[in-house]
Amino acid sequence: MNSVSRRKFLKISGFSVGALAATSAFSPMLKGVDKLNKEKLKGIKIIPTYCDICFWKCGTLAYLKDGELWKVEGNPKDPLSKGRLCPRGTGGIGAVTDPDRLRSPLIRTRQRGEEVWKEVTWNEALNYIAEKMNKIKAQYGPESVASFSHGIGGNFLKHTLKAYGAINFAAPSFAQCRGPRDVGFELTFGEAIGSPERTDIENAKCLVLIGSHLGENMHNTQVQEFANAVANDASIIVVDPRFSVAASKAKYYLPIKPGTDIALLLAWMNVIVSEKLYDVEYVTKYGFGFEQFAAEISQYTPEWAYPETGIDPELIRKSAKEMAMHKPSTLVHPGRHTTWYGDDAQRSRAIALLNALLGSWGRKGGFYFPVSYSLPGYPYPAYPAPSKEKLDNPGRKYPFASEEITTGIREATISGNPYPIKGWFIYATNLIQALPNQDETIKAIQNLDLMVVVDVIPSEIAGWADVVLPESVYLERYDDLHMSANKTPFVGIRQPVVDSPSDQKPNWWIAKKLAEKLGLANYYPWSHIEEYLDYRLKAGGLSLARLKQEGIILGKDKPIYAEDGVPLEFNTPSGKIEFYSSQLQEAGFDPVPKFKRQEQAPSGYYRLLFGRAPVHSFSRTQSNRILMDTMGENEVWVNHDVAEKWGLKNAQSVRLKNQDGVISNKIKVKVTERIRTDCVYMVHGFGHNSKMLKGAFGKGASDSGLVTKYVIDPLMGGTGMNVNFVTFEMEA
Amino acid sequence: MARFGMAIDTKKCVGCMDCVVACKTENNVPEGHNRDWIVTVANGKFPNVNLEIQSQRCNHCDNTPCVACCPTGASHVHEVGAVVLVDHNMCIGCKACLASCPYDARFVHPDGYADKCTFCIHRVEEGKLPACVSVCPTHCMYFGDLDDANSEVSRLIASRKNHPLLPEAGTSPRIFYLI
Ligand code: SF4
Ligand code: SF4
Ligand code: SF4
Repeated sequence: MNSVSRRKFLKISGFSVGALAATSAFSPMLKGVDKLNKEKLKGIKIIPTYCDICFWKCGTLAYLKDGELWKVEGNPKDPLSKGRLCPRGTGGIGAVTDPDRLRSPLIRTRQRGEEVWKEVTWNEALNYIAEKMNKIKAQYGPESVASFSHGIGGNFLKHTLKAYGAINFAAPSFAQCRGPRDVGFELTFGEAIGSPERTDIENAKCLVLIGSHLGENMHNTQVQEFANAVANDASIIVVDPRFSVAASKAKYYLPIKPGTDIALLLAWMNVIVSEKLYDVEYVTKYGFGFEQFAAEISQYTPEWAYPETGIDPELIRKSAKEMAMHKPSTLVHPGRHTTWYGDDAQRSRAIALLNALLGSWGRKGGFYFPVSYSLPGYPYPAYPAPSKEKLDNPGRKYPFASEEITTGIREATISGNPYPIKGWFIYATNLIQALPNQDETIKAIQNLDLMVVVDVIPSEIAGWADVVLPESVYLERYDDLHMSANKTPFVGIRQPVVDSPSDQKPNWWIAKKLAEKLGLANYYPWSHIEEYLDYRLKAGGLSLARLKQEGIILGKDKPIYAEDGVPLEFNTPSGKIEFYSSQLQEAGFDPVPKFKRQEQAPSGYYRLLFGRAPVHSFSRTQSNRILMDTMGENEVWVNHDVAEKWGLKNAQSVRLKNQDGVISNKIKVKVTERIRTDCVYMVHGFGHNSKMLKGAFGKGASDSGLVTKYVIDPLMGGTGMNVNFVTFEMEA
Repeated sequence: MARFGMAIDTKKCVGCMDCVVACKTENNVPEGHNRDWIVTVANGKFPNVNLEIQSQRCNHCDNTPCVACCPTGASHVHEVGAVVLVDHNMCIGCKACLASCPYDARFVHPDGYADKCTFCIHRVEEGKLPACVSVCPTHCMYFGDLDDANSEVSRLIASRKNHPLLPEAGTSPRIFYLI
């Protein structure tokens, strides 16, 4: 057996055991716990809550030992985690003990971005913010304060800002992530995929992953279902320029040339239609414009696709037949991070159409109809009527955008058109690493009169703020109720397990206090979030006490498949599945997706691809010492032959230089047979340069820094980011 | 007498390292150290690659060089499940066991004793599965009594193709990788 020894393995993956061992403090702080009466807390206490290390929000049981936070496990009642957290969630206590977390409110004392601060009281910080907000309102109107946020924690801040009169809210999760996918599916089936994805992976008999690296991408429910599908011997088909972990489980692996997925999808559909392998009854009953669609794709044979994709026509045929054989339980996964080339909504539409041919929408082993718990909202006063329109997508320039576009707000902040944006509120999203082209983000920031960051760690974006507000981490706070739509309706609670160690505050408290400073106290008729939660739960016949005890309360199961009687209805203009899209045609776009060639790498350059590691969430977990102990830096994956050409050795440090001359931090080379020769790959989220992130500073390189170029999806405003090329700069 | 061992299904394992993280929190493993770790073995030439992902730890061998070489008797075979353990109080941190282990499973804890996987004997004695087994999101790890032919581990090892690590080292390791 070719087994690598542990010592060698550690060296290869670039751990510096010695250096880390020197700082051996594992759980030195948790100061707040001291405030609790330890006598009462002898022994083990278990408090349910839900996770916040990513946005999946898995039900969690937090264990206290003698009053000290010990560990977190999954809540077995939770339909999403089924009692097993992902590695990031399991390492969640590292967010509490993170020595680099923000501790007190900060106000900037030097130039933006210099990261020089004075610590202030909450009162000072909130007064400062309120005063600036009042000035902006007086001079430009409240619409000139915009907000970016990620995750459920942003709910209360949004409420305060809406009460103030703000209307421009956006999250990178749309235009930098899942937007194209949702739009592609809406255009086809009339409904988006949503989050958690409505994919019935565990019942799929054939699962097709296109660039989706489940297992490395650790969306808990999906990975658990993926493992079940593997155990059930489902046929797995993986399309990826990189031999992903998922590829290693596949019956068919298609090592596609980056940027040619649409060509492959068209060829697959060509085979399925021309050989009449599709679900004829389903397509006839629910399809619109099938004849035009069929005529259009008749030209795209596997032989046509071969020179574009590099995939052998026989492999295209075989894999198409495999999909058809298992229909309708064939799931062509829609992916999540789908902002690749700027034609992504059309690629997603092609994926939707392939699913439509296989009859998988609404069917077991395909796409189910998600169900959710519903509770009445809190009866707040109405928000003020805006006197302006949102400015992220002026004149519906991107006609099919279904959510707000972050980069649209950024553009308006730079140009001042259609009206100036003078304030940014940023909640829990590191815009510097989340948006493409960091220079544009920084340029926009220069036009602001007020920039506020609310976060748990001092990420790069915090470094640019005027005011930084330190939030309690999820194990220290309440949040809004969790009722994500999935297979089983449920309501989950987040509640404090330990006190915050310093002067951090929960977001609901920050939002409420800010509202008070702004003279908007009437928008917070409750004095503590428990009253808010209690109101909503009581209104739905539940009790806060019981939910606090159990963490999760399940609702009644409802049918989720067409087979069980859910009607197949489509909220499209035709009321059917749109094989041919008249609305696209009318707006001047291709009614059936077409393939267009991508720009190719200049000689000596390689396409930069990026993705996820199972132990990190975006750029938010690199100061979590527990998670950093499992993966402390990223590597650049380089094909063996390419490495040989450049004389690169495994674990050697290089810098990457992109087509615009931007040079990365040092990054170690991983010489591998697991990637094509025309691209390189790295895990997103590393290469921090925020000085306050001491544990993460300079560890690995940032893909985002190298993403200076992006192509905007004309349908929906998403930013395609796989359009950058890099070459190697050798380190002496 | 039980003889505990593991079967780990490499077909299901995705290398997510949840087992590593769960061990760290369950057992308060100090920063910079891990009691279990992931090794990915890749063979072949792109695109015809074969991967085997192994969640590795102390193999709780039947023939224990680490126990044989221990000058103080700190390294010993526990009466329950024949689990190989280190008595922290007796250990003098001489590192003889570290050198003798072919799997590199041991490290010196900052408090001065040799440390490694305990098969979570504290949990097992309470009737729970080891932390790494019970956290694994892919349910790919199985733990149980190798001497009981009807245990899940024994049945899996009997029915599925598998291999231990470094059998040539002669330690009779008790973790089997299902392939
Ligand atoms: S998927 Fe992982 S990080 Fe995300 S909420 Fe669940 S356990 Fe937490
Ligand atoms: S937790 Fe399970 S799937 Fe993840 S690496 Fe460990 S053994 Fe593999
Ligand atoms: S059995 Fe326990 S001690 Fe051993 S690796 Fe698993 S979690 Fe760690």
